[in-house]
Amino acid sequence: MLIYGTAILGACLLAGRLVGAWLARLVGVDGDVGGVGIAMLLLVAVTGLLRRFGRLDGQTSAGIGYWGGIYIPIVVALAATLDVRAALRGGWVAFAAAAAVVAVSFALVPVIVQIGGADPRRGGTA
Amino acid sequence: MNAAVNGAGSGGAWQAVADVLAANGLVTALVVVGLVSWLADLVARTLLGGRVQGSVVAILAGLALAWWGGSVSGGARGAADIPWLAGLGLLGGAMLRDLAVVATAFGVRPGELTGAGPAGVVGLAAGLVVAFAVGCATAFACGYRDPVAVTTIGAGAATYIVGPVTGTALGATADVIAVSFAAGVIKAILVMVLTPLVARTIGLDNPRAAAVYGGLMGTNSGVVGGLAATDPALVPYGALTATFYTGLGCLLGPSLVHGIVRALLG
Repeated sequence: MLIYGTAILGACLLAGRLVGAWLARLVGVDGDVGGVGIAMLLLVAVTGLLRRFGRLDGQTSAGIGYWGGIYIPIVVALAATLDVRAALRGGWVAFAAAAAVVAVSFALVPVIVQIGGADPRRGGTA
Repeated sequence: MNAAVNGAGSGGAWQAVADVLAANGLVTALVVVGLVSWLADLVARTLLGGRVQGSVVAILAGLALAWWGGSVSGGARGAADIPWLAGLGLLGGAMLRDLAVVATAFGVRPGELTGAGPAGVVGLAAGLVVAFAVGCATAFACGYRDPVAVTTIGAGAATYIVGPVTGTALGATADVIAVSFAAGVIKAILVMVLTPLVARTIGLDNPRAAAVYGGLMGTNSGVVGGLAATDPALVPYGALTATFYTGLGCLLGPSLVHGIVRALLG
């Protein structure tokens, strides 16, 4: 059933959030450290297990897949709720800081990818 | 229902429509985003000749909508401050955003995650160092000398959450926190819009590069928006590392980074 997939997805997010909140308290900050990342790992592990035991049917998968597919529209909605006016009011100090960091970070992507040697999978899979 | 039907008087017809839209906020948001996406795709295919992804145009349209909404309402939540568009705040809020981001991990092969992981951690560390160092240096170059202000603006160059959290923890002034928040929002926008344009140049075409990129950029909304417009298959790898960035930034900003900045500025 569709709801099984969505419930599994939701349970992974809640569990990840919980662990993220514990981690945050452990290091003494408010909120959540890596909760979403932990939830993603959980989802990969749980769905992998279900698939191995043949318990992941098409409907269950669709209940997860829908949310992955609706993800770009959600980003559009997110963009529509950013405080764009405050960003413009922040002036050129804010713009300079952001632009400089983004430029340096983009430039570092190929450098750091190279550090660990060539990716063996690169070019192998689509 | 009755409120909508009885909304007669001057502008009564629109008021009736607006009432129904406001009362069904999430549904309205889904319809509005669907329309925006359709128009954006049309513009991308016809006016722009397919050179720009439809999702990039849609995100830009979303930002334009946010600017318009903020201008009309004077609020801080973009289009979500327009009563009949308030549902955008729910659809684009952290709860559904994170549910959808986690869902993108579905179908990822565990082998690819473990392969991309270590490089992603290096990217994460480098990303935080770069954001704080370059952000603080820029604030200094722009004339800020107070360690609290320099740290807060540097933290804003990490993400728009790290900035205000750090500024509040250190007792920065409201205008410094505003600049810091603005830097974070501008970073998110730049990353969203520029990623698909530079993706080929920086080799952003495999899970490992996406994990490194997510860690380096750190801004969740920027990373997920940028990767979605580049190659949706890469979203989970970038999101996985980016999700640790804000938490670590909030940890380091008011403590280690402030300590270093204070020592440097004496």
